[in-house]
Amino acid sequence: MPLYLNDDQAMLRDTARGFIAGEGAISKQLRHWRDTQCADGFGHALWQQFAEMGFNGILIDEADGGLGLGHVEAGIVLEEIGRNLTPSPFLVSAVAFVAALKGTAQRARWYPGIISGETVAALAIDEGPKHRPEGVAMRAERSGNGFSLSGRKQFVVQGASADVTLVAANTDEGLTLFAVERGAKGLAVEGVRLADSSIGARMTFESVEVDADAVVGEVGGGEAVLSRALNAGRAGAAAELVGVGVAAMDMTVDYLKQRKQFGRLIGEFQALQFRAAHLYSELEIARAATLKAQQLLDEGSPEAEGMVSVAKAKAGRAAQLACQEGVQMHGGIGMTDEYDIGLYMKRDRVLNELFGDPAYHADKLARMKGY
Amino acid sequence: MSDLDQFREDVRAWLEANCPPEMRQPMRDESDACWGGRNPAFKSDAQKSWLETMAGRGWTVPDWPKDYGGGGLTPAETKILKQEMARIGARNPLMSFGISMLGPALLKYGSEEQKQRFLPEIARGEIRWCQGYSEPNAGSDLASLQTKCEDKGDHWLVNGQKVWTSYADKADWIFCLVRTDPTAPKHQGISFLLFDMASPGVSTRPILLISGNSPFCETFFDDVKVPKDQVVGAVNKGWDVAKYLLGHEREMISGMGLGGQAESLGAALSEALADDNVLRADVARFDVDAMAFRAMSERFIDELKAGQAHPALPSMMKYAGTELNKARHELVMAAGGSNALEWESDRSNKGKAAREWLRTKANSIEGGTSEVQLGIIAKRILELPGA
Repeated sequence: MPLYLNDDQAMLRDTARGFIAGEGAISKQLRHWRDTQCADGFGHALWQQFAEMGFNGILIDEADGGLGLGHVEAGIVLEEIGRNLTPSPFLVSAVAFVAALKGTAQRARWYPGIISGETVAALAIDEGPKHRPEGVAMRAERSGNGFSLSGRKQFVVQGASADVTLVAANTDEGLTLFAVERGAKGLAVEGVRLADSSIGARMTFESVEVDADAVVGEVGGGEAVLSRALNAGRAGAAAELVGVGVAAMDMTVDYLKQRKQFGRLIGEFQALQFRAAHLYSELEIARAATLKAQQLLDEGSPEAEGMVSVAKAKAGRAAQLACQEGVQMHGGIGMTDEYDIGLYMKRDRVLNELFGDPAYHADKLARMKGY
Repeated sequence: MSDLDQFREDVRAWLEANCPPEMRQPMRDESDACWGGRNPAFKSDAQKSWLETMAGRGWTVPDWPKDYGGGGLTPAETKILKQEMARIGARNPLMSFGISMLGPALLKYGSEEQKQRFLPEIARGEIRWCQGYSEPNAGSDLASLQTKCEDKGDHWLVNGQKVWTSYADKADWIFCLVRTDPTAPKHQGISFLLFDMASPGVSTRPILLISGNSPFCETFFDDVKVPKDQVVGAVNKGWDVAKYLLGHEREMISGMGLGGQAESLGAALSEALADDNVLRADVARFDVDAMAFRAMSERFIDELKAGQAHPALPSMMKYAGTELNKARHELVMAAGGSNALEWESDRSNKGKAAREWLRTKANSIEGGTSEVQLGIIAKRILELPGA
């Protein structure tokens, strides 16, 4: 398979680009929900429009009512979301959550609502300030016909508005994933606004009772479910980061062609040209790594997990560079709220932390390679 | 089974039957490379037979047309062949500037007669070529080159000097940029000339480098007579050919950092990293960059074959690939500690690590410096003003 988009994928990109640049624009979505202090941090109407476009079912098999496409196609939509900083449940609900449920009995319960844009899902994995999914401490004890969950989670993206949250906890049989519904007794949800004005949640579980059929996959079989969710989420976050980085770069390069100082366009200065050219190079490499990871995931390759870590780390660092250079090259106005470049920097920071930062993924890769 | 799957099976079986076991071992150093030429120095029978077997199928240049000694493979088939060769660790049967640089330029700009004459012998590795581009006063500003080429009616007369000519002392022929019109603006008076290094008036002098090796030469032309039909493209239009060829040279250099190397540097250095957390972190970050760049190389080649790559993309590949290769060797030296400093001992394979480390410093200079490449990206891709 060549490492570029095929004709169908290029067509999807063009459709997604036009639609999201229009309906998902910063002024229409991000600034609107931020400035109106929306408790969800995103618009449900747009989530329904995504459904009408068919985006929500990209990763869902045709037999389950979806489009039966892959991670490459999901990434195409995410790159456009990244470019426009569009607040959307797409990454967590339609990519990570959907991937987690692949092949499990929970599909029938949750896929229809995702496809129709009525359901929002969340992932509750992190328990401290850093992403450490290998060290989940939360417990799920056998209780009645099901389980009783106790513990704390944080950085649950869209957790405050989620209809269902996929929760990682340890049972006597090992790591297990539970689909916990909104309003479960004993579950306290505190919505917290993050730097990019998205809403993450802190969740406290005090003996939250769930039925046995809330288990996603097998009891003690959580590693496989979590791995599907994280591979999909990380590759997707990498694609979104590429979008964030590319848009920040485009905006900055445009500015270099307009702003005059010392009687010259600042884009004529070699000091800035070289930095812009280096940034371009880093972003192109990040895009290639991301596409490679998506293709490997779609092929079911055993090399996919390593490449996903490469993509998440590389895209994270490249987008970070794009935002830092972007603000610096914009000069003073780059520090103002009025200009969008600073919004990119905030989104980039959140996406870098989500599902593991570049240091986490470099370390993970090193361990996979045996050092 | 699709045609491509069938092709992969056939290639796999053919390589299994035809690639000598010795040619599946990683190259120990540069002397293991096979360069062919008029008086080829084969290190072993296996090396000789591997070259002849591959050349016999046209697979030294799998994607060139069969008429010119190539394999006539499609881009997808070529990719499969390379993947299958990499899978068993098969060595490149022939290192050749004829393949990586001159060939593509001849295919695009050469006359039919020039293609028939030069391409098959490049494919078979019978003539070793060198590149006469840089001059003492024409480095990054290559187009200011001064080597004089006069039209003497029935022949060209060449006088001047080239420098940094890789392996000029071992080459049979040279592809050379010369000034055929000293009055024209600098880009417009240049021609692209081919001639035999055995011609009277050609001399070479190897340059001793910081690595202690001499891969580059000074090359002198003193009243060298060249037949009239050995200009590629139109007279005074050599800059077009030169630029096209530079794209291929940059492609080749960008791949140097990857070819035949272990996928993970950290895995290769694991012993040294076990008690050095900071170095381990540096190497892990490097592995992220290297694996990402490997994907970029795959994407670049796929886009190139499909005619989708931006024409200035080789500059980006050259810049990123060479900077990465330099970083790799800094890490290898750091992991090696004082062992890697030994310069002559057998223990160190005569200073292999240190000499390779020093050699890589040329990567971001040869074929256009990193700064030249960044300038090209800024001007031609980002379209920044006045670059």
